[in-house]
Amino acid sequence: MKRGSAPLLIFILVLFVFCLWVIWPGNGIFGRNEFTLGLDLKGGSHLVYQIDLSKKDPTQSDSDVIEAVKNKIERRVNAYGVTEPIVQTINNERGSFVLVQLPGVKDVDEAIKLVGQTAELDFREMELDASGNLVFDETGKPKYTAIAKANGSDGQEKELTGKYLKPNAQVVLAQQTNEPEVAFEWNSEGAILFEQITQRNLQKPLGIYLDGEPISWPTVQTVIKEKGVITGLNLEAARTLAIQLNSGSLDVPLTIVERRDIGATLGEDSLKKSLMAGIIGSAMVVLFMIAYYRFSGFVACLALVVFVVLNLAIFKLIPVVLTLPGIAGFIVSIGMGVDGNVLVAERLKEELRRGRTLGAAVEEGFRQSWSAILDANVTVVIACVVLLWLGNTFGNFLVIGFAITLLIGTLLSMFTQVVVTRTFLRTFVGLGIAKSPGAYGVAKQ
Amino acid sequence: MIDLVGKRNWFFLISAIVIIPGIISLAVFGLRPGVDFSSGTAMTLSFDKEVELSQLRQELTDLGYDQAIVQPSGEGDFFVRLPEMSSEQTTALKDGLQTGLDATLTISSLYTVSPIVAAGTVRNTVIAIVVAGVGILLYISWAFRKMPKPMRWGTCAIIALLHDLIVVIAVFSILGWAAGVEVDALFVTGVLAVVGVSVNNIVVVFDRIRENLKRGVSRDFEVIANYGIIESLGRSLNTGLATLFVIVALYLLGGVTTHTLVLALMIGIATGIYSSLCIAGQLLVVWEKGLSSGKKIATSTV
Repeated sequence: MKRGSAPLLIFILVLFVFCLWVIWPGNGIFGRNEFTLGLDLKGGSHLVYQIDLSKKDPTQSDSDVIEAVKNKIERRVNAYGVTEPIVQTINNERGSFVLVQLPGVKDVDEAIKLVGQTAELDFREMELDASGNLVFDETGKPKYTAIAKANGSDGQEKELTGKYLKPNAQVVLAQQTNEPEVAFEWNSEGAILFEQITQRNLQKPLGIYLDGEPISWPTVQTVIKEKGVITGLNLEAARTLAIQLNSGSLDVPLTIVERRDIGATLGEDSLKKSLMAGIIGSAMVVLFMIAYYRFSGFVACLALVVFVVLNLAIFKLIPVVLTLPGIAGFIVSIGMGVDGNVLVAERLKEELRRGRTLGAAVEEGFRQSWSAILDANVTVVIACVVLLWLGNTFGNFLVIGFAITLLIGTLLSMFTQVVVTRTFLRTFVGLGIAKSPGAYGVAKQ
Repeated sequence: MIDLVGKRNWFFLISAIVIIPGIISLAVFGLRPGVDFSSGTAMTLSFDKEVELSQLRQELTDLGYDQAIVQPSGEGDFFVRLPEMSSEQTTALKDGLQTGLDATLTISSLYTVSPIVAAGTVRNTVIAIVVAGVGILLYISWAFRKMPKPMRWGTCAIIALLHDLIVVIAVFSILGWAAGVEVDALFVTGVLAVVGVSVNNIVVVFDRIRENLKRGVSRDFEVIANYGIIESLGRSLNTGLATLFVIVALYLLGGVTTHTLVLALMIGIATGIYSSLCIAGQLLVVWEKGLSSGKKIATSTV
């Protein structure tokens, strides 16, 4: 055995066994026990909202508004019970956007409302006719006279809005009717305002409005200070409203500019198909390499197994978000990853034909192929880096998915092609396995 | 030894047969932009019972979506392209179709892009292509710094690279009007990956030609070039085949999501193998000797 190759062989084997353990289902370190699947594989919804900064309060900075929007959306999404949501902001020359990924949501329409609605709650005093009845407009909505105002603790007149709510609104079922209601509680300032407003409107309807649309207009029965309920909603809408009230209303309006929904069954089906494609494709590569390059092909395949296991372990530990294009990128890197082995095996054949001994041919083959292997991967790395940038600028997780796995695969394959294949070949040559040139695909002279 | 350089005019002809109709198709029809670039809504509809394409088209027209593009998308599913739809419009469309066709409908995938996002995507894609182009040019000038005439060799490499890209884009243009295939962000991803692989193949072949030139294999550049190409044949074909095995498997067995990406890779890599063996080196010879060098390489001289 060549000097220096024994420690390397042990290192590779230890690394391999460790990575094999890591990728085993349920195993992992740093709490990364499962592969991270992208939205296209789990199913769910990918939403991009534009943040309309022209409507912001001029005293606030853009970045503060964006940050506040992001935080409120995060609170809403978490309260909605989505597992592993993603909320991130994108700023570019076209404006500011917030990207929201909701894996596994079933009712996307409700989720879109939940996330993107401003959810500004206020109370309005209603227009009444001579006999004290509500006046309705032609669309069937009751008319109001003004947003309810009252004097706060500092003597200033203030509109009563959702910002005076304690963040503990919840959905309850009304005792008699079993109808869903949102129960809310005012903070001290809100209680001062609400007391005056209910006092003023006793036995009159008071409109409850969300983003300027009436939800309900109950008649005030008694003077209320701290607590209240909002009725007139179905269960789903009540749940959404409670979450929105607790997160606080958004300071600026959002409009949806991109939406991608993927059904969970489609994702599962695609994953199975892609894995099958990967297995069949890799099997063909293995058969081809062994048939054509014989023993060096066999060694290349061993190196390929190491490559696949190491690569999967990296995916799990970083973790890389696996998407369908990402799996395609990985599978393509398996195919392209044999390039270094092919270069070496070809050189090895040439050196053997020139009459070198096996050991010398192995060393010479690697020495001569190294620069080509390095060069070969540079262009792919350039393309991947550009793609990563491209994917990030418009939040396209499919493009990012492909670029990241192809990049990791390409970089890792350089390691396996050179270090792993060479160590294996040196070991086998040193042990005296496969001595005849025929084993390397060289025809007998 | 096989003479790949001597048959160069045949190879150029084969390329022309693919490229000229492709360029005509590109000029006449262009590419069919997907939702990513042109904005709008794309959805895949699955019904719980068999629905005829014509029925669905009729129903969409009745609902006021007469501009909808409808294509069958395997296993009884349909791909529908519409102008940008809001969440309410989508729900209304779903309800309308369920009632009209008397079937339960699942929207198994939906993709909506507004014009503002689409315009941004187009712009960023252009930037990405320019940046990748500059990156590859820098790489080529670096990789060819040791070549005898770096400008000439670099130019030939770039022509061969453009050849591969034109073939990929042209095929998509033809598939666009013939089969309704759209180009999306994943198509661009595939094309940029093809650039990476393709340049690399050309560099490997040129490197061998340069080595043979240095070693003084022959006085005739045609012989030197052919020798270099033949020496690279094993590597180019085998790596290319190994890559194609997995890509063809992905194309045939993988999901629909990645079809444009995988198809672009498949065409690009296959063309890349061809151009690195049959076009790139031959272009160098043409530049050196002109198109009509009648001299054949006798097998015995090498």
